[in-house]
Amino acid sequence: MLEGFHKFASPPHFHAISRRLSPWLFGVSAVLFACGLVGGLVLAPADYQQGDSFRIIYIHVPSAWLSMFVYMVMAGAGACGLIWKMKMGDIVARAAAPLGASFTFLALASGALWGKPMWGTWWVWDARLTSELILLFLYLGYIALQTAIEDRRAAARAGAVLAIVGVVNIPIIHYSVEWWSTLHQGATITKLDKPSIATSMLIPLLAMTLAFKTFFAAVLLVRTRCEILEFEQHTSWVRGLAPDAEFAR
Amino acid sequence: MSTLAEFFAMGGYATYVWSAYALAAVVLVWNVVQPLRRERRLLRTLTARTKRGEPA
Repeated sequence: MLEGFHKFASPPHFHAISRRLSPWLFGVSAVLFACGLVGGLVLAPADYQQGDSFRIIYIHVPSAWLSMFVYMVMAGAGACGLIWKMKMGDIVARAAAPLGASFTFLALASGALWGKPMWGTWWVWDARLTSELILLFLYLGYIALQTAIEDRRAAARAGAVLAIVGVVNIPIIHYSVEWWSTLHQGATITKLDKPSIATSMLIPLLAMTLAFKTFFAAVLLVRTRCEILEFEQHTSWVRGLAPDAEFAR
Repeated sequence: MSTLAEFFAMGGYATYVWSAYALAAVVLVWNVVQPLRRERRLLRTLTARTKRGEPA
C-alpha cells in the first residue's frame, strides 16, 4: 500500500497517470457544466425575493467553495513537501496556486455583481468579503514568493510556511456570517437541518459545484505536468519523454 | 420570439447576471488555454534540446 503510494507520488508515474486522466476529467466537467447551466439558467424558477438575479449563485457559490477547497489542497500539499520532503507535494502546491487565485477572484467579482442589485453596493467591508479578499492576497503572496525565489526548493519551503499559516483564514471565512452577522446572507446549503433552497434550484447548484471541482482536478493535473517537466527537465526520464513526436506536436 | 427575449432580459438583471457568467467563462477558458499552451511550449523546448544532443 505504502509502496504503491510512493510509486504514484513519484514524478514519472504521476506524469503518466495524469496524461491519461485529465482528458476524462475535462469531459466529465463539460457534461456537468452543460447540465448545471441548463438547470440553473432555464429550468430553475426565478427566486421570489431576488428575481432572476439569484442565478448568479450558480457561479458565485461554486467558485467561493472552490477557492477554499483549493487553498486546503495547496496547504496540504505544501505541508507534505515541507514535513515529509515529498517532491510531488511541492509541485502540486505550486500548481494549485494560480487556480485558487483565479477562483477567488471569480467569487469576489461575481459577488460584487450580485451585491450591486441586491444590496445596492458592489463592496462592503463585511467580515465574509474581507476574509475572502485576504484569501486572494494569500494566493497572490504565495505566487509572488514562487517567482521571487529562484531556488525552487527554497521557494517551496517558504511558500508552504505561508500557506500553512494562512489556513487560519479558512474557518474565519466559513463562520464569518455567523460570528459577525452583517450584510452577507447566511449559509444556504451547509446547514445541519434541511437546506433552505428548493430542489429545482438545488440540483443545478450541486451540478455546477461538481463541474467546478472536476474542472479544478483536470487543470491541476495539466499544471502539475508542466511543473514536473520544469522541475525534472535535466533528468533522463524527461529527456526520454520529449522526442515522442505525437506527444510534443 | 418573446420568450427568448425574456430569457436574455433575466427579469431586468441582464447586465449583472450575464456579466457574472461571461466573467466565469473568461476565467475557465484562461485556465484551460494557459497551461495547455505552456505544456506544449515546454515539450517543444525539451525536444529541441534533446535533438541538439545537449546533455541532460
